[in-house]
Amino acid sequence: MATWQLVQYVVTGITVGSIYAIVGLGFTIIYSVTGIINFAQGEFVMLGGMIAFSLIGLGLSMPVALILAVVLVTLAGIIFNLVAIRPAGRASTITLIIITIGGALFIRAVAGLYWGRDAVPLPPFTGDESLSFLGAYILPQSLWVIGITAVLMVGVYLLLNRTLVGKALKAAAINKRAAALVGIDARMMSLISFALAAATGAIAGVVIAPLSYASYDMGIMLGLKGFVAAAMGGFTGVRGVFLGGLGLGLAESLAAGYISSSYKNAIALIFLFAVLLIRSRKLMVGEEGT
Amino acid sequence: MMPLFIRGRGKMLVIATLVVLLSIVPLLGNAYYTSVLIIIGIHTIVTVGLCLLMGYTGQVSLGHAAFYGIGAYIAAILSKTYHVDPWLAMVVAIIATAAFAFAIGFPVFRLRGNYLAMATLGLGIIIWILFRELDWITGGQSGFLDIPTLSIGGFSFHSDFRFYYLVWGFCIAVMFISQNIVGSRMGRAMRAIRDSESASQSLGINVTLVKVKILALSAAYAALAGSLYAYYVGFIDPPPFGFLFSIRLVVMAVVGGLASIWGAIFGAASVRLLTEFLHPFGDIDVVLFGLIIVVVVILSPQGVIRGLVDLWRRISRKLAPS
Repeated sequence: MATWQLVQYVVTGITVGSIYAIVGLGFTIIYSVTGIINFAQGEFVMLGGMIAFSLIGLGLSMPVALILAVVLVTLAGIIFNLVAIRPAGRASTITLIIITIGGALFIRAVAGLYWGRDAVPLPPFTGDESLSFLGAYILPQSLWVIGITAVLMVGVYLLLNRTLVGKALKAAAINKRAAALVGIDARMMSLISFALAAATGAIAGVVIAPLSYASYDMGIMLGLKGFVAAAMGGFTGVRGVFLGGLGLGLAESLAAGYISSSYKNAIALIFLFAVLLIRSRKLMVGEEGT
Repeated sequence: MMPLFIRGRGKMLVIATLVVLLSIVPLLGNAYYTSVLIIIGIHTIVTVGLCLLMGYTGQVSLGHAAFYGIGAYIAAILSKTYHVDPWLAMVVAIIATAAFAFAIGFPVFRLRGNYLAMATLGLGIIIWILFRELDWITGGQSGFLDIPTLSIGGFSFHSDFRFYYLVWGFCIAVMFISQNIVGSRMGRAMRAIRDSESASQSLGINVTLVKVKILALSAAYAALAGSLYAYYVGFIDPPPFGFLFSIRLVVMAVVGGLASIWGAIFGAASVRLLTEFLHPFGDIDVVLFGLIIVVVVILSPQGVIRGLVDLWRRISRKLAPS
């Protein structure tokens, strides 16, 4: 077992783990503010990658295309909230699950019709000449992924803890009625949380697409893994989901490297059940009345 | 509660009409209609089980295609590889799938709401991966060929015409059984659990046991439908048992009305027919399904038929001079 191999797996694990963490961050934001698990979260990631691909195809320069893609997906998140979540009002959990599943189905199928079934590549941000580190090869894009994740995590942390909007979001998450009494509009907070989750999801999509391609059906597994990351973090705060994502990414990459890559997705599912069952009592708080 | 749409004698009339209509169709001799209706019948059986679980008991399943697939694979493997009589293989498939659901029910129902949804979604994907990866038993991605068909004595259900009556016979039986369960003590317990778990518990209902039993029953229905599918088509491979089919089943249940046994026929039929009509245009049907379930659960959570009836009543009340 060579050191370079281990280093290689760890780097891969941290890279994909970062993505899971960002996707999980979207789950965490929406869930903590609205109590909704957004089953369409993975589709925001897919939209980010695919829209960026199309915009680059239109001849836009890389940074412009990426930023525009994130903006467009954020708008999609806002529209989704306005047309599907808001009209449901105070619906039951089952209804909300069906609504976000319906949204995911819709987005995915439209993407499949528009972009087709083939995976599409995105050029790496800065070349694809790999760097050598302790005998392992690291693509510059991996560094971008890790760097952007770090910036994003810190950014969201500061947004939630240091700004007025963030404090309002937190207040709505802790106690909706009390928040309403001090003039915090719950519907507005729900809207902001979806916008934020869509934006972070789209960022995950545009940074990972150069490494793993983008395709119309990437949303389900990415969504599931992001959910696992968020559940490992207990759906509270940035730090938990960050560690959850990294843990899942590392476990997956090490298992794929040392055991077999055909069961790579099974690792995430085993993590899913482990975390659900271990945390089942803790997670159920506030889930009565389905 | 709102008044029931059809009840008493009216209900029997509707059902009788339905039965007559259904029995006429294959006599028309159109092979295409017959085959579409066979598939609708098979899907209806699964949907009824999902309605019992989601609509009446209030427990989400986003992985029901797994039970359907397990039933299909067990029946296929036993009858083909091990030369077990297809009927016996079907019974084994149903019992084994129900037992599996019963066993996983206890840990799974420690979860509620969103987490239950995610867990069933994950379970569905795991089972699907197994269909694909255990290729020495299941044939993997290249599929499982030459499944024998059902026969009684020398009477073989090899033609669509004969299989049609078999499927719909099972389908009607499943609906009657379910309707009876819904009207029984068990059915009241189910609805109590849906409305409030703590209240049901305080009334002495064993909440977990009821949920697990209903999960096992709906898994048995799914396995029945799956084995019928395997015997009908004679070939199975993993794609029809994946995540998308689980969601498709949810669409059928929602369109028919989550808490409506007879609505399941309407749900399964509309989803299938929409897919058939829109087939030439690619995946437009899936786009519509996404839209439809969002619209239906927001505007008319009791299903499309009930929604339209209510709408018509409201309009006629407004038009009528008071």
